[in-house]
Amino acid sequence: MMTRFLWTGMGRNLRLFVLLVLAVGIVVPALNLLMPKTSPFYVPAYALQLIGKYLCYASLALAVDLVWGFCGILTLGHAAFFALGGYCMGMYLMRQIGARGVYGNPILPDFMVFLNYPELPWFWHGFNHFWFAAPMVVIVPGVLALALGWFAFRSRVTGVYLSIITQAMTFALLLAFFRNDMGFGGNNGMTDFKDILGYSVQADTTRAVLCFASALALAIFLIISGAIIGSRFGTALIAVRDAESRMRFLGYRAETYKLFVFVLSAAMAGIAGALYVPQVGIINPSEFAPGNSIEAVLWVAVGGRGTLIGPVIGAFIVNFAKTYLTGALPEVWLFALGALFIVVTLFLPKGIVGLWAQIRARNLAKKATAA
Amino acid sequence: MTTAQPVSHQPTAHTTAHRTTSALLYLSGVTVSFDGFKALNNLSLLIEPGEMRAIIGPNGAGKTTMMDVITGKTRPDEGQVVFDGQADLTKLDEAHIATLGIGRKFQKPTVFESHTVRDNLLLALAGMRSWYKLLGAAPTKAENDRLAEILSIIRMEAQQHMLGARLSHGQKQWLEIGMLLAQNPKLMLVDEPVAGMTDVETETTAQVLREVNKSHSVVVVEHDMSFVRALGVKVTVLHEGSMLAEGSLDQVSADPRVVEVYLGR
Repeated sequence: MMTRFLWTGMGRNLRLFVLLVLAVGIVVPALNLLMPKTSPFYVPAYALQLIGKYLCYASLALAVDLVWGFCGILTLGHAAFFALGGYCMGMYLMRQIGARGVYGNPILPDFMVFLNYPELPWFWHGFNHFWFAAPMVVIVPGVLALALGWFAFRSRVTGVYLSIITQAMTFALLLAFFRNDMGFGGNNGMTDFKDILGYSVQADTTRAVLCFASALALAIFLIISGAIIGSRFGTALIAVRDAESRMRFLGYRAETYKLFVFVLSAAMAGIAGALYVPQVGIINPSEFAPGNSIEAVLWVAVGGRGTLIGPVIGAFIVNFAKTYLTGALPEVWLFALGALFIVVTLFLPKGIVGLWAQIRARNLAKKATAA
Repeated sequence: MTTAQPVSHQPTAHTTAHRTTSALLYLSGVTVSFDGFKALNNLSLLIEPGEMRAIIGPNGAGKTTMMDVITGKTRPDEGQVVFDGQADLTKLDEAHIATLGIGRKFQKPTVFESHTVRDNLLLALAGMRSWYKLLGAAPTKAENDRLAEILSIIRMEAQQHMLGARLSHGQKQWLEIGMLLAQNPKLMLVDEPVAGMTDVETETTAQVLREVNKSHSVVVVEHDMSFVRALGVKVTVLHEGSMLAEGSLDQVSADPRVVEVYLGR
């Protein structure tokens, strides 16, 4: 059953794309580690980190697309799940610093010493163990999604109202995490990480492994998503997206279908966030900013909503443009983002992947008329 | 928040209870009010197993609200709705009621546009509704056979891989009928099946429904009197949310109260 589940959904294109993602995850770190710095094929450390970051964004985009593209839930708060996963990883990394912090306290992270915490808050216990922090990366965003989805889908909240609720959720978390007495480092968040699983986060090999892990996670998410969409569950899910009440009258419990995908998607976003934090070296409340969630939706729109490959391509293209423009012409970036949104809405309703399919269909039609 | 809330999750829970009525569908004293306006007012109705019933009535008589109550979309304020002598439909949600064996065809054909004709039928096919089982299940031989059978009944074998969005209006109607057959309900609720059809199509639809009635109970809501006449079944006239008259079409059309409601004072 499992092999059938994992293979039936995967079309040839998706299989090739998964291999491409894995190839990037192997070749890029390898070129960084193995090539001499003078070689034209050498990948500098900042580029390695950038690719790793983009891979995490791509996973977030895929998570957004799974609920928006295939389930019709326009989520404007998915960056919250990403950030929660990131905070879980951040807490683990903070505890790994130990006595090497500025204040040299073996138990309390620096910001707690600075804020005069008498002892470690209860919810920090266990995060010194990787085996505890790792499942939390999935559980914390998953439980939040379960609670939110349970009430929202059961009460049949849909469309714009649901979007506003998700946006309000991430905004509420932003405000909460800004507070110093929440115990998560307030405005400054968590940074100055030293080790992950005993290896220095600054080391080239650690960065290379993290980049590979991000690619591996993305590949696994693509395979799982492909299997789900290709299964009879996926057929039912798309039917719920297109005509929810019709599905109810056929005897399907629409809210269960939505809830499963929403929770899965939140867990995927959490893992992406957890892989992101050690690579960028910081997690702070700005990750909860509503704009981040909206940008993730834009990646999906640019790449192609309702396709599995589209969000990955969209995340890479938009973020590459962002990295380039914020460096070269910082004042232009927001205008470019706005223009991109208009262009995609007007001319590319199905994104870049949709455009490609359109061109192919046109070529086929041409060939057919010529022959 | 809406009024509809899932209540029970065990479709088998009600099958062990004793039958309280021999009727397939039993409505008694059903009242539904929307902001003080009584859409249904103390409505009672009995549908026997195997029966076909036509429901007529002027606009606003409560025909659609009655369908909504039976399928669980609307909760009645008062009254009893019992299906198959056992299941209290006022306590169940739409999905549960559908799995008990009540199918509904809407006035406007709604097929799943981004799915093929075959997938539309597969979704409607009675049986598999559990989300986690659907993750790993392939259509069984029995299911494929049944699909082939339905595709031939609705004469859409050639279009089985066509997307729902690309079907014509007539093809969509046929697909919907195929989906109802696939769902194989004990009771079919059919809402204005001949709206927008030509006379010939109307006559064909009446034949199809009579055919369907051989193995299913059917409730048809309709405005078109010539269609109701073609069906030749017992007629219930609704007016202002209550039953006004019941009997053959000739009987009810001779009833002075029915004439008054339809023609005005």
